[in-house]
Amino acid sequence: MAYTDLIRERFFPHIWCPGCGHGVVLNSLLHVVDELGLDPRSMCMISGIGCSARISGYVNFHTMHTMHGRALPCATGIKMSKPELNVIVPMGDGDAMAIGGNHFIHACRRNIDLTAIVLNNRIYGMTGGQYSPLSGRGILATTAPYGSIDNDFDTVSLAKGAGASFVARTTAFHVKEMAKILKKAINHKGFSAVEVMVQCPTYFGRKNKMGGAIDLLKSYRDNTAPLGSKKLEENPELIPRGIFVDEERPEYCEEYANVIAQANEE
Amino acid sequence: MSQETRNVRFVQGNEACVRGALYAGVKFFAGYPITPSTEIAEHLAIQLPKIGGAFIQMEDEIASMCAVCGASLAGRKAMTATSGPGFSLKQEAIGYAAMAEIPCVIVDVQRAGPSTGLATKVGQADVNQARWGTHGEHSIVALTASTIQDMFSITVQAFNIAETYRTPVILLFDEVMGHMRESLTIPEAGELSVVERLKTDVKPGVNYHPYLAREDGRLPMSDYGEEHRFHVTGLFHDIWGFPTEQPQQVDKLVHHLVDKIETRVNELAMWKEFYLDDAEEVLVSYGSCARSARHLVESRRQKGHKIGLLELQTIWPFPKDLVREKTANAKNVYVVELNMGQVLSQVKQAVKDPDRVYLVNRLDGTLVTPTDIGKIMRVIEGKGI
Ligand code: SF4
Repeated sequence: MAYTDLIRERFFPHIWCPGCGHGVVLNSLLHVVDELGLDPRSMCMISGIGCSARISGYVNFHTMHTMHGRALPCATGIKMSKPELNVIVPMGDGDAMAIGGNHFIHACRRNIDLTAIVLNNRIYGMTGGQYSPLSGRGILATTAPYGSIDNDFDTVSLAKGAGASFVARTTAFHVKEMAKILKKAINHKGFSAVEVMVQCPTYFGRKNKMGGAIDLLKSYRDNTAPLGSKKLEENPELIPRGIFVDEERPEYCEEYANVIAQANEE
Repeated sequence: MSQETRNVRFVQGNEACVRGALYAGVKFFAGYPITPSTEIAEHLAIQLPKIGGAFIQMEDEIASMCAVCGASLAGRKAMTATSGPGFSLKQEAIGYAAMAEIPCVIVDVQRAGPSTGLATKVGQADVNQARWGTHGEHSIVALTASTIQDMFSITVQAFNIAETYRTPVILLFDEVMGHMRESLTIPEAGELSVVERLKTDVKPGVNYHPYLAREDGRLPMSDYGEEHRFHVTGLFHDIWGFPTEQPQQVDKLVHHLVDKIETRVNELAMWKEFYLDDAEEVLVSYGSCARSARHLVESRRQKGHKIGLLELQTIWPFPKDLVREKTANAKNVYVVELNMGQVLSQVKQAVKDPDRVYLVNRLDGTLVTPTDIGKIMRVIEGKGI
């Protein structure tokens, strides 16, 4: 299928800054949908609020740009109503982990078949560079002028602990790996949580003197390592990438189909 | 068993609401437990899977209202139910539903507030919250009822209005109505009209504009999963649903959201009236209070008093013309409600002489009794207590 069928050309150019990592994720997703040969009519993309959330406007799926943090419950309503749809839920780090944190853990717990992508740029971009729950200690932000004293979440551990049946992490530097992981996540039956580390040169890179888009991408190359790799073994300080959980567990909509069957037996 | 007895049931108000929703074709419910609305969730948890619908208990009130928005876009008639504090939490997504024009029904079985207030006691103080709880400008429809039978039919109406105008509709019941039991006659299929969603007839491959209104103001829909793919956002948007900040388009959309309801005030007005033709004293009331008001009217009529009752079933958009007309010949108007005068202020704006409008209320979590109303009327009429 031509990519032009998967995007809404008339809505371009997109609003992202030059060098922003969100476009890389969009590109990767389009490739995956194309490679999997998914019917665009079966595709839903439900996003929250923020720079990353604008991605839903650009794909030619059934799309919903919801409220801040509320993408997952909106997506849950859709999936429960039409389980045959492929529902992808891109969220920013503040979106998914702060205001939407409660929704995130409960979507994991239910193991409902949604593909959640946490686009982690460690900052609130759209509101101009405030610290997020994934910023981590010592990060400079407009609301942390002396350095953040907040501890960060580890998205992977959180998703694992909350019961997601597919958990992975990748970065905007590792485009091939990203595509592979997203493909598996979309195909996975159950809740998939994929963290993608994406660069925000405009607010995160500049404010923290970490440089522009290329420098940030290089930092993903240098500061991460694949799960089970020698590199990681030698340097446990590195951030592990790869698939952390990939298990078959009862999926929520299938379980509800059993409830329907049971209710009709009685 | 005869046909008649088979369709008569002795039920609680909350169950009547559920049966009305099922009659109207509800296929999705998301909610979070809260007294005194919880029986609505409990009954639907049993009933929805039986008809292939879906019930889900979400992690909070916010999530419930969001799930309702999602389910409605996926083509299902969807509802949620809550009470005061939960209704406050839902406001964000109610505003989203208003902006994105998503048909849905929100039941608020009111209890006494503010805050967690009196969890098991009656109140009617969410009237203004129903109208003004969200931020920004849009209109809203809010309905209520004072009998179990009416709770059934008003719930059907709520779905009909939601689907017709692509709007959230709020059912402002109250604790007494939710928990009271009365007999309910369930109408046969077809007896009450049930409005189905207006679907677009735009052919595959031809551009579908989800936010392009027809001449009659209605917006034909396409459900998620069907042929047409489109964008839904809470931002100001154009006819494609794509975000816009163009002043002209923003202005047009605000007017559309307000006008589609406010220009139909008289069409949307539902009410009941008792002895209004020659009434010199007119009571205006709704929900459980209207029962006490009616009791007083009946007993005073027996004594030859010229007294009548206007029972409102549509609270928003407020039926100003109706109230003005029905109270035109009254010497005094008494608004009976369980708050500090939320409908009273609307009635005062509607009538010719606002100084003739008095409030009869209670704020202590108990129902206004006919005696309460009688006492206040005597004071105002200058007859002492
Ligand atoms: S502010 Fe940051 S996250 Fe937002 S578009 Fe610009 S680079 Fe991307």
